[in-house]
Amino acid sequence: MAGLHKSEFANPVVNWVDTRLPIFTFMQKEYGTFPTPKNFNYLWNFGALLMVNLMIMIVTGIFLAMNYQPNVATAFDSVQHIMRDVNYGWLLRYVHQNGASMFFIVVFIHIFRGMYYGSYKAPRELLWMFGVTLLLLMMATAFMGYVLPWGQMSYWGATVITNLFSAFPIVGGPIVTWLWGGFSVDNPTLNRFFSLHYLLPFVITGVSFLHVAALHITGSNNPLGIDVKSPQDTLPFHPYYTAKDSVGLCVYLLVFALIVFFAPGMLGDPLNSVPANPLQTPAEIVPEWYFLPFYAILRSVPSKLGGVLMMFGSIAVLFVLPWLDTSKIRSARFRPVYRQLIWVWVLSVIVLGMVGGHRPEGIWVVLGRVATAYYFLHFLVILPVLGKLERPLPLPESISRPVLSLGGGPLPGGATAKPMEKV
Amino acid sequence: MRNVRSWLGAAALACSVAVPVLAPSMAMAQEVPAPAKQNWSFSGPFGSYDLASAQRGFQIYSQVCSNCHSMNLLAYRQLSGIGVSPEQIKAIAAAVTVPSGLNDQGEPVDGPGTSASTFKRPFANEKIARIANNGALPPDLSLIVNAREGGADYIYGVLTGYADPPAGMKMGDGMMYNKQYPGHQIAMPQPLHAEQIDYSDGTPNTLDQEAHDVVTFLAWASNPEMVERKQIGVRIALFLVLMTGVTYAVKRQVWADVH
Repeated sequence: MAGLHKSEFANPVVNWVDTRLPIFTFMQKEYGTFPTPKNFNYLWNFGALLMVNLMIMIVTGIFLAMNYQPNVATAFDSVQHIMRDVNYGWLLRYVHQNGASMFFIVVFIHIFRGMYYGSYKAPRELLWMFGVTLLLLMMATAFMGYVLPWGQMSYWGATVITNLFSAFPIVGGPIVTWLWGGFSVDNPTLNRFFSLHYLLPFVITGVSFLHVAALHITGSNNPLGIDVKSPQDTLPFHPYYTAKDSVGLCVYLLVFALIVFFAPGMLGDPLNSVPANPLQTPAEIVPEWYFLPFYAILRSVPSKLGGVLMMFGSIAVLFVLPWLDTSKIRSARFRPVYRQLIWVWVLSVIVLGMVGGHRPEGIWVVLGRVATAYYFLHFLVILPVLGKLERPLPLPESISRPVLSLGGGPLPGGATAKPMEKV
Repeated sequence: MRNVRSWLGAAALACSVAVPVLAPSMAMAQEVPAPAKQNWSFSGPFGSYDLASAQRGFQIYSQVCSNCHSMNLLAYRQLSGIGVSPEQIKAIAAAVTVPSGLNDQGEPVDGPGTSASTFKRPFANEKIARIANNGALPPDLSLIVNAREGGADYIYGVLTGYADPPAGMKMGDGMMYNKQYPGHQIAMPQPLHAEQIDYSDGTPNTLDQEAHDVVTFLAWASNPEMVERKQIGVRIALFLVLMTGVTYAVKRQVWADVH
C-alpha cells in the first residue's frame, strides 16, 4: 500500500477519494494554504478574472454552437435566429461577443501589471512566456470568432488578415490558399475557422494550467518585487485572497453587465450587421478595437512584408522581454526612470490604438510611425540600456518590514512605498 | 523625473487638441454629417419602445417601405413584440400572399400568410430588385438601425434629409439630393411626405411624426430583445452593486487582523 496518499481529511468519503487520488490535498495546498505575498494590490486580481472570463466564454460558446450554422448561406441568419428565436439567445450572444472585449481589457491590464512590477524577471521567465503564448492564442481565437457571424466586417477582416501571409516571398501565396481552403475566403474557410474557434479555447485552457503550474513553482511576484523571505511575508491564499479576488470579481461582473445589458453594440462595428458580400468592399476595413494597435503597426511600415514582420515582431519582442530588460530590480517602484518611461510606452500603445481606427492619412501616418518607433525603441534600446544606467532606490528589507524600518533615509517614491493594501 | 510626467501630460493634451483641429482638413469627399440627436422613447437605460408609435411605424412600413424593402428576418408572429394581438397578427398575415409550398402536381403555389410566415418579400431576387430600382438594391431593413453608423438618428436624418441640390452640384442620373446620406446622392426617391399616411388614432401626420414612427418600428425590428434586456440589466446591476458592497465588507473583515 506504499502508493496510497496519507490523507488528513476527516470526512470519510473525502478521505477515501483523497487517499486514492489526492485532489483534495492538492486543492488545499495550492488554493487553501498556498503562501501568497501579503502585499498584493488589486492589480493582482486580474489573473483570476481571466480564468473566470475563459470559463464564461467556453460555456456561452458551447450553447451558441448548438444553434449556429457554419455555412456561408446560413451563418448570418443563424446568428439572428439565436438573437431572436432561441430562449435567451440574445443574452448568450451578447455575453460571448462582449466577453471577448472584456477578455482583452482584462488581459491588457494583467500584462501591464506584469510589466510594471517586473513579474517577467528571473525566475518567472517561463511563466511569462506561457503568458505571451496565451495572448497569441487569444488573438487567434478572437480573430476566427469574429469571422463566424459572417457579416461584412467578418468577411473583409478575414480577407485582409489572411492575405497578410501572402507578403512572405515564395511560400506566401500557397500558405494563403492553404489557409482559405480555396482561392478566396469562402465556405471552407468558415468551416475550418469554426472548428478551430471551438478547439483553441481548450488549448488556452491547457496552456493556462501550465501558466498557473509555473506560477505555483516560483510563487507570485508582488508590488515590491522582492522575494518572500519569511512566513511573515505571506498569507494563506484562502481566505485572504479568495476574499480579495471576490471583490474584484464583483466589480468586473458589474462592468461586464453594464456593457452587455445597456450598450451591447458599443464595441462592435455597424457593418457587421450587414451580411457578408464578396462583391462589395467596405470603404474602411477596421478590426476589433483590441487589434487596433497591432493593425496600426502593420500600416505604419511602408512595405507589406516589413509591416507584417513588425506586427508579429511587436508580440515576438514580448517573448524575449525577460532578457531585454537588464535591470535586476523587478518593481518599477524602485526604478525611478523606468517608472516614468513605462507610461510613455503605454501612451505609444494608446496612440497606436487611435491610429489603427483612422484612415492612414495626414497626421495619423506621422503619429503611427512615431508611436511604432517608440514601441520598439522601448524594448530594444531603452530597456537594455536603462538597466545599466539607472540608479535604483534602496529596496526594503522584506515584505513584512518595509523601508520605514531602515530609518533615516527619505521614503522612496513617496507614499507609494507603503504597502498599497489599506485594511 | 517629474518633468517626464508633465511632458507626457503636455503631449496628451497636444494630441487631443491637434487631432480635432487637423481632422477637418482631411475631410473626405464622402463626408457624412453627424446625424442630429433625436428624442427616442427607447434611448437611455430605462427607455422602452413607444408601442403605439412602433405600430404606426409598422403601418408605414406596410404601406410604403415594403414596396421595395424586405425584412427577411421578421415573421408576423413577432409583431406581438409591439403589442399587436394574436387575432390582428392572423389578419395581417392572411392579407398577404406568400409562397406556400407545392401543390399535388408538384408546382409551387402561393397562399395566404400565417403568423409563422416571414414578412412578404417585395422582389423574388436581387436581380429583379435592381431592375425595378434603377440598378440600386434596396437594403433589407431587418437590422438597418444596427447596421448604420448613427443608428436611429441616422435613419431619421435620411428620411427627413431630402432637399434640392445646392447650386452647381452635379447629380447622377436618377439620384436624389439628401443632406444626411454619405456623398449626398441617394438612389431612393423621398419615401415619406407630410400628410401621406392616414393614422387611425388621430396622430398628426407630419413628416417628423411619420419618420419618427417608422424609425421606432425599425429600431424595434433590429433589437426586439431590448426592453427585456434593459429590465434584466437593471436588476442584475443593482444586485452586483449590492454584492460588491457585501463582498468588500467581508474582505475587510477577513483582512482586519493583517498588518
